[in-house]
Amino acid sequence: MAEVTLPERLQGVEPVRSIRAPARISYNYTAGRASSRFLRSVADKKLFGQRCPACRKVYVPPRGCCPTDGLATEEEVELRDVGTITSFCIVNVPFMKNLMEIPYVGALIQLDNSDIPIMHLIQEISADQVRVGMRVEAVWVPDDEIGPTLESIKYFRPNGEDDAPYESYKDNV
Amino acid sequence: MRDVAIVSFAQTKHERAAEGINEVEMLMPLLKEALDGAGITKDRVDFVCSGSSDYLAGQPFSFVMTLDAFGPWPPISESHVDMDGAWAVYESWVKMQGGKVDIALVYAYGKSSPGDIRRVLSRQLDPYYQQPLWPDSIALAALQARAGLDAGTFTMEQMAEVVSSSRRNAKANQFAQITGDADVAALLEQPEYLSPLRSHDCAPVSDGAAVVILAVDGVAQELSSRPAWIRGFDHRIEAHSLGVRDLTTSASTRLAGEKAGVANGPIDIAELHAPFSHQELILRDALALGDDVSVNPSGGALCANPVMAAGLVRMGEAATRISRGDGDRAVAHATSGPCLQQNLVCVLDAEKEGE
Repeated sequence: MAEVTLPERLQGVEPVRSIRAPARISYNYTAGRASSRFLRSVADKKLFGQRCPACRKVYVPPRGCCPTDGLATEEEVELRDVGTITSFCIVNVPFMKNLMEIPYVGALIQLDNSDIPIMHLIQEISADQVRVGMRVEAVWVPDDEIGPTLESIKYFRPNGEDDAPYESYKDNV
Repeated sequence: MRDVAIVSFAQTKHERAAEGINEVEMLMPLLKEALDGAGITKDRVDFVCSGSSDYLAGQPFSFVMTLDAFGPWPPISESHVDMDGAWAVYESWVKMQGGKVDIALVYAYGKSSPGDIRRVLSRQLDPYYQQPLWPDSIALAALQARAGLDAGTFTMEQMAEVVSSSRRNAKANQFAQITGDADVAALLEQPEYLSPLRSHDCAPVSDGAAVVILAVDGVAQELSSRPAWIRGFDHRIEAHSLGVRDLTTSASTRLAGEKAGVANGPIDIAELHAPFSHQELILRDALALGDDVSVNPSGGALCANPVMAAGLVRMGEAATRISRGDGDRAVAHATSGPCLQQNLVCVLDAEKEGE
């Protein structure tokens, strides 16, 4: 670095090493046609996916297009709130402060008749009992708390069925 | 050099707010339209390049999600510029020189409606001295207009003439947001909006998108009956600090125009990306365009300004006019940054090099 000679009045003055320039901009987020319809249906405790006309995969939450084929997904497929765990992790760090007791389980859950898993919490079972292939069902928040958000599902819990056959979820492992 | 041509173009009907649809939903039909226009399917595309800004969407990595509209599987060769899509055309053109890419697809999109565009654009200023003051984009353009008027570079009447002719031209453009017959005297009677600018001197706030398909010599002729060949291409940038620039001229446009070879032949059409009326005057001067040149036959950015796509639209509009025979040689220009800070110039021709 070249030597900088400061004027006399600035000599011995502590140099500025940083400034703070906080910035804040507000946005109106547009979920889009497909996501809006999906979120509104969640508020009615109904789930649906959309099927790609080419690869036939059912996407949930639907985004209005197939990311593989770049085609519009118009056919809607109603889904039950029951599925299979395809992967999970045990969380031992209190990210969510007092909302969740640790350890808790975050899992990828492939809803029946869909091809893409959604992420959600697993509760009502000890973390060390959770396994891939386990069948689970949604536990919804009380009716007066339901809104257009996946938080309307409190968590998933084992539904007591036998584990799903590997073939049924192998594409998402 | 490999000769490269624009062979297909599609754009949205630009509007104040594309309500209810997200960026993917906005782009998907356009991608299909552009591919159909070239008569190809997406598996023929060797390279995809997009232009957009996360600051418009207010979402980090928003451009990654938008790739869903194209369908990036099996994995594709892809790139993105945080700039107007015109610069994505530049990147594609450079990449095509390497010999591995014969067909490239470029898309750009911008929804200005989710945020306050005047505040959002202030984020491209230098972060120490200018950003903390939140000077908005129209105020900076007004500063430039005032400098030009005071220097005698242009007049209020000339600015109003730009608005009048842009709106008249846009009447033939089904994708424009603002069109109509506006008499110069009547425009000058309008109150000032942000002195010396009147609201009609400023581009509208627009949501929109555009797609361009490029192809190399040998392929382009198969995809278009009259490809618009890129004969010169250059972009230049000026200093970050507004205080060290002469705002009444555009040194970067002049230099880019020289390097792109604008003066190497007569120009029939010029599509100039001027979001403010006085900027068109500065650009015409910097590119030394004569009175015989048809400037912004589409109506230009004053009639629809989808930020991040408006420059790409200029390239598409110029190319479309070459392809349908409105002219033989055109200039397409794109700008970025406050007061025409960075400028790109592309010369398009009905004939390729050496023809």
